[in-house]
Amino acid sequence: MAGMAADRAAGPGAGAPPHPAAPPLLEARGVTMAFGGLRAVEDFNLTVQRGELVGLIGPNGAGKTTVFNVLTGVYRPTAGRIFLGGVEITGLPASAITRMGVARTFQNIRLFGGMTVLENLLVAMGFRAGYGLWDALVRSRRFREREAALRRQALELLDLFRLADKAERPARSLAYGEQRRLEIARALATRPRLLLLDEPAAGMNPQEGEELMQLIRWVREQFDLTILLIEHHMPIVMGICQRVLVLDFGRTIAEGDPRAIQSDPRVIEAYLGQQEVS
Amino acid sequence: MNTPVKRWQSLLLWGGLTLAVVAVHLLGRAGLVSGYLLQILQLIGINIMLTASLNLVNGYLGEFAIGHAGFMAVGAYVSALFTVKWHLPFPLALLAGAVAAGFFAWLVGIPAFTTFGDYLAIITLGFNMIVVNLINNIDYLGGPRGLPGLPRATNLLWVYALTALSLLVLRNLVRSNYGRLWVAIRESDIAAELMGAEVRRLKLLALVIAGTIAGAAGALWGHLLQYIHPRSFDYIKSTEMLVMVYLGGMGSLAGSVLGATLYTALMEMLRGLKEWRPVVGPLILILIMLRMPRGLMGLRPPDLGRLLRPRREKGVAT
Repeated sequence: MAGMAADRAAGPGAGAPPHPAAPPLLEARGVTMAFGGLRAVEDFNLTVQRGELVGLIGPNGAGKTTVFNVLTGVYRPTAGRIFLGGVEITGLPASAITRMGVARTFQNIRLFGGMTVLENLLVAMGFRAGYGLWDALVRSRRFREREAALRRQALELLDLFRLADKAERPARSLAYGEQRRLEIARALATRPRLLLLDEPAAGMNPQEGEELMQLIRWVREQFDLTILLIEHHMPIVMGICQRVLVLDFGRTIAEGDPRAIQSDPRVIEAYLGQQEVS
Repeated sequence: MNTPVKRWQSLLLWGGLTLAVVAVHLLGRAGLVSGYLLQILQLIGINIMLTASLNLVNGYLGEFAIGHAGFMAVGAYVSALFTVKWHLPFPLALLAGAVAAGFFAWLVGIPAFTTFGDYLAIITLGFNMIVVNLINNIDYLGGPRGLPGLPRATNLLWVYALTALSLLVLRNLVRSNYGRLWVAIRESDIAAELMGAEVRRLKLLALVIAGTIAGAAGALWGHLLQYIHPRSFDYIKSTEMLVMVYLGGMGSLAGSVLGATLYTALMEMLRGLKEWRPVVGPLILILIMLRMPRGLMGLRPPDLGRLLRPRREKGVAT
């Protein structure tokens, strides 16, 4: 326990923030999430500065996805507080947190399968559609202009993700890797500041994983993003994360530089020891 | 987007239909079209309003509302209050019936949509039963004897205008950001919420719009038959609406028009069956579920043959 606290104290300080005066983009203080008697996440602390790419790793059931669900407002934490750019977001509805600039993808893909690829992006742009009920009812000029603009933006984004030629296809008809790409594109369509990626490389072969890594790097630069990444594939974590947090049984057991983490005996025991490192 | 050709086509279609309806209406007034046929046409319009509005909730939004007759009852009785008891003009009564039903839909939606989960079915069913029981016990409204003496204010033009207006409202909303978000909620409500959609508000909006249209349909219905009683609005009526939605196809407005028209016409033709007639609706529902779960408009043309042919195993594609 004492060691943990020391790690945490050293961790965030190591990656010196670009603007020391500005509040961190994301800050979680003592977040605990309990389901009945089960404490899925306990006393979770995290500070992410603008522009960082932080990895969240740990064995299955360690509470990584629960952390994402708490950060995005799917669950209201049992205890603790969460801040986005210095503004408290604890307990806000998920849609409000998304509107404030947090977007995510899902471990098990959750596209709107029956809708087209284009419509998937339009849904993510829906909250900033810029017209109301009346405009839609009477097909006002504003309705037509905004619809055309949304469509254009969505197609541009699809183009960047090499999905433009599949714009009118149902999302569920895409190949697996394309669906993963579409999920990232859809998250970006909400114009986030912070992007949470939940095992984006799950089910991919090493080559696809490598391509994905390039994509994540590129997306981060292109969209000026801060990224929090849950990942099982160690090469991806080691290759692109500046800092890594290790969860086990809901607790943070280590935090720091990826290479240092890899040789941390507690991490090896909890995670690398049991998990196949591919 | 609308191409000029499409715009011409729809203008021609709607113009032609409007002319035909006005012609039938005038011929009816001159006594050249039977009152019976006029009544059937109006019942079809009213059923299209009920079916299309229910389809918004069950088809597009993907919820399961099974007490739509409750909203219809509110519309019928509130409008009857206005005309029979307070002697106010019919248009005002119609508006009041629609608004009241929309308000009740809002009341129903608040508890039903507080959390993620399927509570709407049980709550709408409960609402339907409560409304019927309440009317049964309010002597002022005639109780179980029903309320006679509604003025014959509904005519083919009223029904046509309101059916067209309802369909236009539903179509324009469905083909907008609202419609996309409703369908997204159907596909995955959690993902929709996480893409910034206020799921609860959007669900409420759909239910209120559906309830309002059902209320207007109820007001039209009451002032067409001139006599309303609580039993006409029980769960059997709600089930009929479900049959029409599924027959036409979930999430298709054209399907609702087709389903309501076919079902209404069919039930009229089967009057000879007497007490066996109520069996037909549920039987159709079972057949739809077995043979064409996506309804008439859910089928692509090649599938139509499947209804007529016995099912065969498909050979291995080469």
